[in-house]
Amino acid sequence: MPFEWTHKHLLGLEYLTAEEITHILDTAESLHEVSMRSIKKVPYLRGKVVVNLFFEPSTRTALSFKLAATRMSADVLDFSKATSSAAKGETLVDTAKNIEAMGIDIVVVRHPVPGAAHRLAEMLDASIVNAGDGAHEHPTQGLLDIFSIRRKLGKIEGLTVAIVGDIAHSRVARSNIWGLTKLGAQVICVGPPTLVPGALRDMGAEISYRLDDVLPECDVVNMLRIQQERQGALNFPSLREYSRLFGLNAERMKKAKPDVIIMHPGPMNRGVEITPDVADGNRSIILEQVTNGLATRMAVFYLVSGGAQDDSAVD
Amino acid sequence: MSNKTIMDAPAVSEAVEQLASAVAGDGTDLDSIASIGVHNRGVPLAQRIIAKIGERSGKKVKSGVLDITLYRDDVALMRKKPIVRGTDIRFPVDDLRVVLVDDVLFTGRTVRAAIDQIIDFGRPSRIELAVLVDRGGRELPIMANYVGKTVDVKPGERVTVLLAEVDGADSVTLESERN
Repeated sequence: MPFEWTHKHLLGLEYLTAEEITHILDTAESLHEVSMRSIKKVPYLRGKVVVNLFFEPSTRTALSFKLAATRMSADVLDFSKATSSAAKGETLVDTAKNIEAMGIDIVVVRHPVPGAAHRLAEMLDASIVNAGDGAHEHPTQGLLDIFSIRRKLGKIEGLTVAIVGDIAHSRVARSNIWGLTKLGAQVICVGPPTLVPGALRDMGAEISYRLDDVLPECDVVNMLRIQQERQGALNFPSLREYSRLFGLNAERMKKAKPDVIIMHPGPMNRGVEITPDVADGNRSIILEQVTNGLATRMAVFYLVSGGAQDDSAVD
Repeated sequence: MSNKTIMDAPAVSEAVEQLASAVAGDGTDLDSIASIGVHNRGVPLAQRIIAKIGERSGKKVKSGVLDITLYRDDVALMRKKPIVRGTDIRFPVDDLRVVLVDDVLFTGRTVRAAIDQIIDFGRPSRIELAVLVDRGGRELPIMANYVGKTVDVKPGERVTVLLAEVDGADSVTLESERN
């Protein structure tokens, strides 16, 4: 029985099998070429409408989704909370239903509440793509990170990947952990105990509080942003101490494998979690991640769009 | 269900030879030809044509691969999502004679999609079509420039092309669904 994609939504990597994740990566690999053409557009989503429903600020994710949808020939509507009726007190579902009533095929949603994308998947007929729901998941970022690793190293299985920093607040970390462990990588979450909850072990990850101990065995180091806007009171004594213990700098890079690859989902706090010489250095694939995000999101649009697919919210 | 072999392996080889000579023509413009196979079985056929032309002329004709999935006109109707295998054309197609290669020409819809896609890569001087089998049944005003074999297919019959690179052996059979 050949593989068949059956999902109408992309809500999180937790709900996908290894085979399904690999299928998205393979499709992204095939679509990567479209961005190299003289006419960077395929007609697949012609006449379809994608709405970007962003209740939190975003630069690269919103633009990347928009460009990916445009390259598939969809019409794209942008919604951001700041300029909308949500500021007048409209609920998420009401906002989404009103927008859907204009004839929308795919809704890309980012929202501060975990489960917001699931809720929309239950309430709307459109396909829902989760672009980040609170600290829960950010599946396309997880996919593009895994895609970037696979393009660079040729495989995922057997790799050791450190995710460093504010794991507790990070949907990027959660999507990466689900995806990478399903594909057979070993994931080590590294950070101060206040930011690395023990429950991560239940997701299949290992935990370490000392970057210097794990760095020598890593094939990939994914440096997360310290989310200063989500730290009510700082969960560590000072940014300076954090930077000294968990920041990636040239000195610390000497402990890493010579062919280690360095990633960051952006936006970077240069000088806090990563120094400019490492971020812009020859082991960094931070800008490739952004480029690869386009192909990844085109692949997701291809797979979730149209057709008579059955899907419950999380299946 | 009954199967009738209409081309055995030697007949397929001979047809490929003929296609290669026809595509090469007088051999004066081999540098400006691109042989582009349409997934799936057009890909090995295009490679065979390139190999044959190479044997005779010593020249390597440009080669590419086309996946028309994103250009199909029936994707909205399909229950199963086709696997996107990817297009691979690593040269500008402007001013080239682009020869599309496929195994079977039937409705013409695949060729329409392929032409549309090629034009997104640039402006070839000509686009031509080479097929192993023309089985009739066109739904669009499209014809092939080079045909290995023309087959008269009755309603309820189906042409199946097998190629060694994909299927292990070469053959073309006419299958009738009830008999």
